[in-house]
Amino acid sequence: MMAENGKDEAAASDGESADGTSSSLTVERDSNLLRRMEICVAEAEKRSGKNAIGMQETFTVYLIETRPADAAAEGRAQPPDSVWRRYSEFELLRAYLILTYPFFVAPPLPEKRAEFVWHKLSADNMDPDFVERRRIGLENFLLRVASHPGLSNDKILYRFLTEEPCWKEAVYETGFQDKADSRLRAFGATFRVRSPQKCFIDMKQYSEELQSHTSQLLRARARVADRVYAVYKVHGNYGRVFSEWSGVEKVMGDGLQSAGHHMDSYAASIDEILEEEEHYADQLKEYLCYAEALRAVCRKHELTQFELETASQDLITKKQQRDELATGMVRTFSFKGVTNKLFGQEAPEQREARLTMLDELIAEAEDSVRVKTAEREEHVQKAWADILRFKEEKDKDLREALLSYAAMQINMCKKGIQVWSNTRESFLKM
Amino acid sequence: MSVGTPRGLASSGQKPITEIPHPLSAAEESLSPGPDVSISSGGDKDLELTNGTLVENSSPASASSTSTSALLSRLQVEDNFEADAADLYATTETRDLFVTVDDPKKHVSTMETYITYRVSTKTTRIEFDLPEYSVRRRYQDFDWLRVKLEETQPTNLIPPLPEKFVMKGVVDRFSEEFVETRMKALDKFLKRVADHPVLSFNPHLNAFLTAKDLNKRQGLALLTKMGESVKHVAGGYKLRARPPEFNAMGEYLDTFSQKLGTIDRIAQRILREQSEYLTELREYASVYSSWAGSEEELQRPLEGVAGCVTTCCGALEDLSENMSQDFLPVLREYVLYTETMKNVLRKRDQSQAEYEGRLEAAVLRKQEDRTPMPLEVEKCQDKMECFNADLKADWERWQCNKRQDFKQLLIGMADKNINYYEKCQTAWESLVTVLQDKQTEDKTRKRPTRQQISTAELCSCSPVGQIEGGV
Repeated sequence: MMAENGKDEAAASDGESADGTSSSLTVERDSNLLRRMEICVAEAEKRSGKNAIGMQETFTVYLIETRPADAAAEGRAQPPDSVWRRYSEFELLRAYLILTYPFFVAPPLPEKRAEFVWHKLSADNMDPDFVERRRIGLENFLLRVASHPGLSNDKILYRFLTEEPCWKEAVYETGFQDKADSRLRAFGATFRVRSPQKCFIDMKQYSEELQSHTSQLLRARARVADRVYAVYKVHGNYGRVFSEWSGVEKVMGDGLQSAGHHMDSYAASIDEILEEEEHYADQLKEYLCYAEALRAVCRKHELTQFELETASQDLITKKQQRDELATGMVRTFSFKGVTNKLFGQEAPEQREARLTMLDELIAEAEDSVRVKTAEREEHVQKAWADILRFKEEKDKDLREALLSYAAMQINMCKKGIQVWSNTRESFLKM
Repeated sequence: MSVGTPRGLASSGQKPITEIPHPLSAAEESLSPGPDVSISSGGDKDLELTNGTLVENSSPASASSTSTSALLSRLQVEDNFEADAADLYATTETRDLFVTVDDPKKHVSTMETYITYRVSTKTTRIEFDLPEYSVRRRYQDFDWLRVKLEETQPTNLIPPLPEKFVMKGVVDRFSEEFVETRMKALDKFLKRVADHPVLSFNPHLNAFLTAKDLNKRQGLALLTKMGESVKHVAGGYKLRARPPEFNAMGEYLDTFSQKLGTIDRIAQRILREQSEYLTELREYASVYSSWAGSEEELQRPLEGVAGCVTTCCGALEDLSENMSQDFLPVLREYVLYTETMKNVLRKRDQSQAEYEGRLEAAVLRKQEDRTPMPLEVEKCQDKMECFNADLKADWERWQCNKRQDFKQLLIGMADKNINYYEKCQTAWESLVTVLQDKQTEDKTRKRPTRQQISTAELCSCSPVGQIEGGV
């Protein structure tokens, strides 16, 4: 679990970033922010204020505390720097990171609204349990970003962690929104791209499956939680009836009475059990979000590939046009060709002018192809490396999640055995 | 599934009668010990019974000063059930009548299809001609016996029979579970009758246990001459004041039957909820399974979880089935028993009412003509006092049995639940072992580091189709 200790995360990532240097990957040494700085999301508080349209609203802010890592190591009792941020600012940070580094699988944020809720669980964003779980999720997000070899050096990230005012303006000033791909274009790329790398296509397929499976699992788990809750609570009725019954029994009374108490505590125990299980659900939700991010990276590949193909095609076309113009052989259709046929060939000066223009266009197109190729190459290299990193992290995280889930189940069984054994003891006394 | 087995008698179980040694024959010879009886090293002085697991002291026939009872008292009593200190019959009676109901068989005739059960008897009583009997009886026959007992012993509490009518289409009368449940209830009924100090000597019981062909009409003709049937007075006399002890009984029964009803409803509700829970759990397991299909490293852990959840499904199914088969029928039987008890109380009330009515009439007459107390009034008084005494005795026995039965029933319920959780815990613990092994395995395994991966190796596949263009 990533929530526990920022330092552990730093230690774990140490190994990775030490091996991470390579000539083909642009990873800097000491790029891991977490090595230099402790980060945690310490508290949550309610605030009131006016929102964008001037209406009064209540929202929660979270306290981010940071401290230089060496200070703690040297035993210097330095008070941490602190910044208060609300959820929407985290969202803004993540949006910025996604657009600025479209080849990295962006770490997930905790959910915006409570989803996959089983009936007793509150869907209210102000509910203290929800806020607490969100705090943990936000901390996980920061720890993951700060230990990511590519993302952790970002200045905006640093300012997010350390500087309260003016951060928002700084983010917008980067103009990151301009990098957003038009939805239509991105969508079209998926269908019209001719030669995307197979591994990315397969990975995109996998990301969709991961999304589907995690959401199915979350839904099924919520339904199971509902049912098991009902079973436990109905047993509480035994508590009442045993108590009432014990009132008319002389010999059996004590045993029945205490058995009733045990049934009551059995019924009550399910609340805590299911609350703990929410942590497991949160871990699954992280990977639901992560799957979406993975898919986005794969689709970005399709887009960069498509744009390269388009640019290359454009270059080919222009060169052909130039050839035809130069040699006079018409192979491609053009209005000029038609009008030439109809109205006769143009004058040599005009032809010259057009040739020059075409040459300029060709030069531009060649530049464009170079740029697009570089973009594509950069994306392929960085994205694939990050995908591999993501895979490892996912396998490790999910296995830990399954382990902790199994531990929760064992705990639940132990509690059940305990209660029923106590009840049995009571029955023996009857 | 022996929770419902009445602990009054050593059950012969499912073995054929010829194989089962008579519980009392141990007095003659030394026997080889059974699986759950220990041998003391004293030779044939310390004889043990082979199938004497549960001889309950709360029943009328237990330890007395005879050699048989000395034998019985050395039986290994199951730890859970301590000797009942309030046992009323401890020093007065020997058990000498053992009955068992087992071996259900289906009979198909042109007119109807029905089930018969084997009723086995072992006894040393002189009222019986032979020491052993084995007859086949159907439900109707048990019902006949019950009716006869109620008629001939109106002052006694007759144990209840399981429900007579079952709705066709709703319950399968010939399903194994139904037959099994009914058979256990019939066995319990018969054992309770056989244990009863008065009822067990009833000639109708004798006929039931011994007659090859229970011809009811014949039996009726033969037996109406024997014994005096105390007629049930239907109305006519109004009871003025019930003695407080019987009042207390009445109130207790009302509350008790109410609570039983509630417990029955709760148990049924739990079964329904568990069934829904089971459905969702199965779906839950299948989601893990299908996810495992698209993973590599995580495939085994996910399959492991799916397997665990499935195991828990099986355990839950067992729990529900056991509760349904063992717990609910016994509960319902006690509802019937309570009703029967209430009826007996009512009859007692009427006997008292009749006496008081007649007494009042006689007193009035006496005041007028100075005649002595008529005989009928004395008879009525006797009847009433007899009734009261019988009822009190039966009440005590009933309370005793009720306590033991419910103790057993509820402990059984606790055991089933403990068993369920134990099964689940075992499954999850073994999964944890598997998952943790994998973890340590991964940590020690050497993995290729990033710098070994060059651009060319990043994607071992090449793009389909080459891009042309003067790059």
